[in-house]
Formats: sequence, structure tokens, C-alpha cells
Amino acid sequence: MFWTDTKRIIKTGFVSFWRNGVVTAAAVLVMTVTLFVLGSLVFLDAMLDSALGQIQSKVDINVYFTVDAPEDAMMAMKDSLEALPETASVDFVSRDEAVAEFTRKHADDQLILQALNELDDNPLGAHLNIRAKETSQYESIARFLDSENALSSEGAGIIDKINYFQNKTAIDKLSKIITSVDALSFAILIIFIIISIMIVFNTIRLAIYTSKEEISVMQLVGASHSYIRGPFIIEGMMYGFTSALFAMVLFYPVTIWLGPFTEDFFGGTNVFDYYVDNFSQMFLILILAGVVLGAISSFLAIKRYLKL
Amino acid sequence: MSDTEKSHKDPIIRVNNVRKIYMDSLPALDGVSLSVDHKEFVSIVGHSGAGKTTLLKMILAEEFPSEGEILFDNTNIYELKKKEMNKYRRRIGMVFQDFRLLPHKTAFENIAFAMEAAGRTDEEIESDVPHVLDLVDLGDKIWNFPQELSGGEKQRLAIARAIVNQPDLVIADEPTGNLDPVNTHDIVQILKKINDLGTTVILTTHNRGVVESLNHRVITMENGKIVRDDSHGRYVI
Repeated sequence: MFWTDTKRIIKTGFVSFWRNGVVTAAAVLVMTVTLFVLGSLVFLDAMLDSALGQIQSKVDINVYFTVDAPEDAMMAMKDSLEALPETASVDFVSRDEAVAEFTRKHADDQLILQALNELDDNPLGAHLNIRAKETSQYESIARFLDSENALSSEGAGIIDKINYFQNKTAIDKLSKIITSVDALSFAILIIFIIISIMIVFNTIRLAIYTSKEEISVMQLVGASHSYIRGPFIIEGMMYGFTSALFAMVLFYPVTIWLGPFTEDFFGGTNVFDYYVDNFSQMFLILILAGVVLGAISSFLAIKRYLKL
Repeated sequence: MSDTEKSHKDPIIRVNNVRKIYMDSLPALDGVSLSVDHKEFVSIVGHSGAGKTTLLKMILAEEFPSEGEILFDNTNIYELKKKEMNKYRRRIGMVFQDFRLLPHKTAFENIAFAMEAAGRTDEEIESDVPHVLDLVDLGDKIWNFPQELSGGEKQRLAIARAIVNQPDLVIADEPTGNLDPVNTHDIVQILKKINDLGTTVILTTHNRGVVESLNHRVITMENGKIVRDDSHGRYVI
């Protein structure tokens, strides 16, 4: 009997979805708009993440070694830096590489190149380019380097300069901006999720309200609560599924249109490319959100009419 | 004597001193007591607001009384658990003045729903629904939706739904209230036939002609009380 009932509930849910034309259209319209807004927030979040990621990747700190710093001491420092949990990457640039890089950078400035040639020895020391996982972690890396330098062989430090201390204000500010934008986008996402839940719940409540007479008749002919509730839950899930489909289709022209703007605004990330690359993931998120919201809203909305 | 025969000696419905007060208003039912035997046909008459519909709602456990109890086959219906309540309601066929059909279901599906609720198989539904629709002369409207039926046809469909599970009791709450004299006559004839086949029928009505043509027991209500109970009564208000 369980399977027969399940089959009947699913069939009735589908048939009602189709036959309740106007109510279905209204519910699907509202849910499509809601899921579209939710999806847009996911896009916006991804765009912001990528833009912030790009900014973050441009931030690093450089440790300049003294010209006579021994290579094994520099490599030992590189190894100990790599062992830090805050470190994302450490690149070692040797003295020769440093001068080659300097020459390349100033290829158009003959005066500087001449001055460099005048010198007998390479004036540039080797250096390390360090990237932290989070911008807020640069300070602790810098502190580690400071202490490492103080402890280095024979009291004479091998570190000439750490540019973190020059850039500290800028890095701190950027770190604060990134943390605030992250927190703000998360708060906006949560607020919109709550608003979406309320809108969907009320839409489905109205849809079920139109059936309250039917629900009372079903109870009076002796149908069990689960047998009455089942088709409404299926219908709610169908609203969510169809709305997710519509929202995904709607994103196609919208992201094509917005693609060039987002590329300029977010520093190279095209929202249409993101839509295409993450299509299945987005689709899954919207369908899950729609179906789960639809089912839960229907379950809660019908509860108040199942009192007989 | 079998259990069924023994239980049929007892009334199918016994209403014991039922009182119903909504908020602080006058009582809608004021100490109503009555009993209805198996296979009996009882008409309940009275002005609007006399308490007829409230009494039927109490019998269906659609509402609960402020005082008193109602026994169905010697069981207090207000002590039934949810599952038992569903089973109890399947033993009653209900017909309303406003039909209360499921608007998005066809005639077939309206009746099938009541059978599905009672746990009947697909095969039983396939065979019984056309049969019961033929009984109320709606065999050719099987795939019509309620809005495509006339008032009389809707009420016949509601009766078909009420009897398809072969209930012990059919309750008809002013079933002819929205119908013309021809359809009223048809509906009364169907209810009589149902009763002749052994089902208890409780009918509330305003229609003098209906009551007098039936020549069965008539209970008269006024201001929430039973004021007359005649075994072969007439419409006296």
C-alpha cells in the first residue's frame, strides 16, 4: 500500500501542478524572481571573491638580503618560511636574477644601466618574495622574519630590509577592506536568503490557501494527513524545480549582456564565462534551493489546514 | 446472534446531552440528546440557526462539543485517535448543500479520491467508479470537471462519492438547498434508494415537500434544542 500511495501522491502532485494553471503560474513567477536574485548573489559573491583574490595576489612582502649573505643561510630561511602555516609561497631570487630583473625593468633608462655597468660588483642582494594565504597574516610573517634575523649567525643579520614595514599601512588597509567586503557580502547573502525564504513561504501559503476548502473535504472523506499533504509537497517541489529552470535560462542572456561590464569592473572576470564554467554547480544550487524551499514551505503552510 | 446483529440492535448514533457554545454567544446546541438506529431515515428540520448543521458537524467530529458526548456504534468519537478518526469518517458518507467537490479533479477522480483515501486498490477503483456513476446517472460525465456539471449533476456526483465506500451512515446537509424541484425530487429518490439498500440516512432540510414525501422520522430543532421528534412526522414549524 505504501508504494501505491506514493505513486498516487506523486501523480496527483504533478496533475495538480498542471491543472492549477493560474496559481502555478503565479507561484512559479515569484519563485523564479526569488531564485534569480539568489543566483545573482552567488554570481556577485564569486565576482567579488575573484576580484579580491586578484588584489590579494598582487600583495607580497620582499626580504632583501645583504650582499654578503651566505646562500645556505638564505635557503635555510626560505625553508623555515615555507614551513610556516601562514605562507602560501616563497620565491627565491638570486643576486644574478635580481640584477637581470633590474636590467630588464630599466631597459629604456640608459643612465641607470650605465651607472650599473660602472660598478665592479653586483650591488643587488638576493631576495625572497613571500605570499601569505591571507593579507592579515603578513604581519606575523614579518614578525617571524624579524626574530629570525636577530637570532641569525653571530649576531650579524643577513636581512638588509623587509619591505613589509614600508607597506604596512597599505597592506593593513587592504586587509581591512577585504575582510569588510567579505563580511558584508556574506551578511547580504544571509539577509537575501531569509527574505527569499519568507517570499517563497508566503507565495506557497497563498497557493495552498486557495485549496483550503478542498483540504477540509479531503479530511472529511477520511484521507490521512500524509495522503492529503503529499501532493501539495510534490507541487511545491515542482514550483521550485520549474523556477530554477527558468532562472537558469534567464541568466543566459543577462550574463551575456553583463559580461563585458563585469570584466571591466571586477578586473578581468567575465560573469558569462563564470556562468558557463559553473553551469552545473549553479543549476544544482538553484534546484536544491527551490525544491527544498518549496517542499518545506508546503509542509508548513498546509499544517494549519489539517486540524479537523 | 452474531456480533454484527447484536451491534445493530444498538443505535448507530447516540447523542448524549450535547452543548456547544461559540465564544460568549448563546448556545448553538443546548443539551441535545437523540439516537438514530441502523437503517433508519431521519430528517432534521428547523429554521436557519436552529443548530442542524452544528449537530452534523459534531457527528462528523468537524467540531467538538462544549459538553456531552456522541457515540458511534457505542464508541465515543471524541476519544478516537487520528488514525481511528480517519477510519470513522470513511464509515460516513457526507453530502453538502454546496457540494464541496474537488474542483481540479474530474468526476472519476473525485470519487476515486474517496476510494484511495479508504485504501482501495487501483483495480477496485477502475471497476467501482464507473458503476457508481451509472447509479446516479452520470455515466456519460465521467471525465467532466465539476464546473462543467449542472447543480443537480454536482449533487448526484457528491452522493456518488458519499456512497462509493458503502458507508454505514450517509449525512446529507440540506442537499436540495441549491436545486430546482426536479433535481430535488431526483436527489430525494436517490437518498431513499440508499436507505432502502440498508444505509442509515440523516437529512437536514428546509424543504416541506421533501419531508412530507418521505413520511419517515422527523426531528424538529429550534434555538439549539430538539422540540419535536415524530416517528412519521410532518414539517411543523
